[in-house]
Amino acid sequence: MKEKKKSDMIISAVLLAALFVVVAVLDKRLSATGIAMTVLKKGCIYSLVAVSMNLLNGFTGLFSLGQAGFMLIGGYTYAILTIPVEARNSVYQYFDGGIVQFALPFWVGIIAAGCVAALIAWLIGLPVLRLKSDYLAIATLGFAEIIRAFFQWDKLGVLTNGSNMLRKYPSFQSLMFPFVVAVICIAAIVLLINSSYGRAFMAIRDDEVAAEAMGINLAHHKRMSFCISSFFAGIGGALLAMYQTTIQASAFKSNMTYEILLIVVIGGLGSITGSVVATFLFYACSEWWLRFLDSELMIGAFKVPLLRSGFRKVVFSVIIMLIVLFARKGLMGDKEFSVAGIREFFSKRKKKEAGS
Amino acid sequence: MLKINDLKVNYGGIEAVKGISFEVKEGSVVTLIGANGAGKSTTLRSIVSLVKPASGTITFQGENIVGKSTDEIVKKGITLVPEGRRIFPDLTVLENLKIGAYMRKDSIKDDLEWVYGLFPRLKEREWQPGGTLSGGEQQMLAIGRALMSRPKLIMMDEPSLGLAPIVVQGVFDIIREINKQGVTILLIEQNANMALKAADVGYVMETGRITMTGTGEELANNAQVKAAYLGKARK
Ligand SMILES: Nc1ncnc2c1ncn2[C@@H]1O[C@H](COP(=O)(O)OP(=O)(O)OP(=O)(O)O)[C@@H](O)[C@H]1O
Ligand SMILES: [Mg+2]
Repeated sequence: MKEKKKSDMIISAVLLAALFVVVAVLDKRLSATGIAMTVLKKGCIYSLVAVSMNLLNGFTGLFSLGQAGFMLIGGYTYAILTIPVEARNSVYQYFDGGIVQFALPFWVGIIAAGCVAALIAWLIGLPVLRLKSDYLAIATLGFAEIIRAFFQWDKLGVLTNGSNMLRKYPSFQSLMFPFVVAVICIAAIVLLINSSYGRAFMAIRDDEVAAEAMGINLAHHKRMSFCISSFFAGIGGALLAMYQTTIQASAFKSNMTYEILLIVVIGGLGSITGSVVATFLFYACSEWWLRFLDSELMIGAFKVPLLRSGFRKVVFSVIIMLIVLFARKGLMGDKEFSVAGIREFFSKRKKKEAGS
Repeated sequence: MLKINDLKVNYGGIEAVKGISFEVKEGSVVTLIGANGAGKSTTLRSIVSLVKPASGTITFQGENIVGKSTDEIVKKGITLVPEGRRIFPDLTVLENLKIGAYMRKDSIKDDLEWVYGLFPRLKEREWQPGGTLSGGEQQMLAIGRALMSRPKLIMMDEPSLGLAPIVVQGVFDIIREINKQGVTILLIEQNANMALKAADVGYVMETGRITMTGTGEELANNAQVKAAYLGKARK
């Protein structure tokens, strides 16, 4: 058993290293503005956000819809702290250059983005997490909407630039950057889930009363899960801000949260790899592979019916409905895609073949 | 070891427990029997602070534990096997057991072996999700999970509920075995017959009050108890 575990670890590490090489090659080969690159970058960023949401909704069983709010907080924190001092006058043109007159290095900004999001989660966690299921969803959704309005408030303009966008902060060009950040963060979440802390989260999800009877402090653990999830959503928000090169609070609508929730459900509540795979599939389908449906197509003199602008969205919705109908627990259920799992799958097949 | 004095518990306006006093001596098996709704589960829940008592004291090893949080009480050495087992269905057998030891920081290797020794069936099913176990296996897991916290006092709420007679016998054998190994036991049962046979001391509870006390044997032979709980007609 131990031996196998060790070899699985080595294989996983090799696969990850190979993935790094692939990303490095893609960085060189793909056009930086092409659609494939867009999908891959968005995939990295939203994978992280989806996994953070899964930690809360899938592993701790807290039905929260605040993700867009925490991404907004993270994105703004990053932008506000990292815009170079000399650029501030032009960015904050209606607010005399704003009140922040320093700029932090980008990596400090990213960490700060997570920390501020986590701090705010900690503050609202106490009252909000007492609520159960639907009420929690409504409260967190409301919170995200309030945050969105709050950041656009004129009175706060010296900090947030009001309803104007923030820009000129450091961003990234490569695919490698969001990939590395996402890998580090998701690895941290995986480690957490496999620790005794993560087990306690799952115990709460399975049966609150029994978990409490075992001595698990519900309030404390729920709050921790909420803060950690928000921390990574904040980092995801910072990455998104970097990717877009501009950020505006009005874009962080509840739609964004629903999209992420959809990804998490499609991938499987309680499956990290499911969330990651679903994110890439989601953006590949919605932005790339189904594009042809939007353009009219002539075969000889025959015009293929239905193909016109917007049809892509219809097909996409139908696909999602089918997935939800036929794979109730998502693509992966609560299983993980792992080396050990693949080996088991093949050894089972072998046994079956040998048996029949 | 455990002393309850004039304990009262309310749910909203309803008095579920109306001032009961009883004692559990170290190393003994004590049972609490009574009809549905008598307040037995409520009593156990209030001992581990899952519900807050309205008044009264609960003394464990000389210390009043009323007002302490559940995790503190578990750390002090009391665990509850809740009514209806309530294992974690999506976690594996092993993970369920590890959760039982959550409050402990030391190594759990010996305790895992101890529990697997008591329940070899669990060892076989180490990687199976708890929810896919049979009812009897789930009860074993629930008891095993509670034992993982290394309790001094283990409280079981109707461990024989919904189990076939032969399995019930097995559960009671395990209870005796655990007790022999030095764990004190407070047992709630509908199955008064078995419970009184296994118990050193029994208490009969009726609508929030303790109405009778005696050794297991005395109660088992008491005419009133026989009529009400043992299903035998009064002579
Ligand atoms: N959460 C609750 N809210 C309100 N009333 C409750 C609650 N839990 C229990 N009660 C009430 O308290 C009384 C005692 O319940 P308890 O569960 O302690 O009975 P019990 O002796 O364990 O019964 P049983 O043998 O059926 O399990 C009952 O009248 C019950 O309706
Ligand atoms: Mg009960």
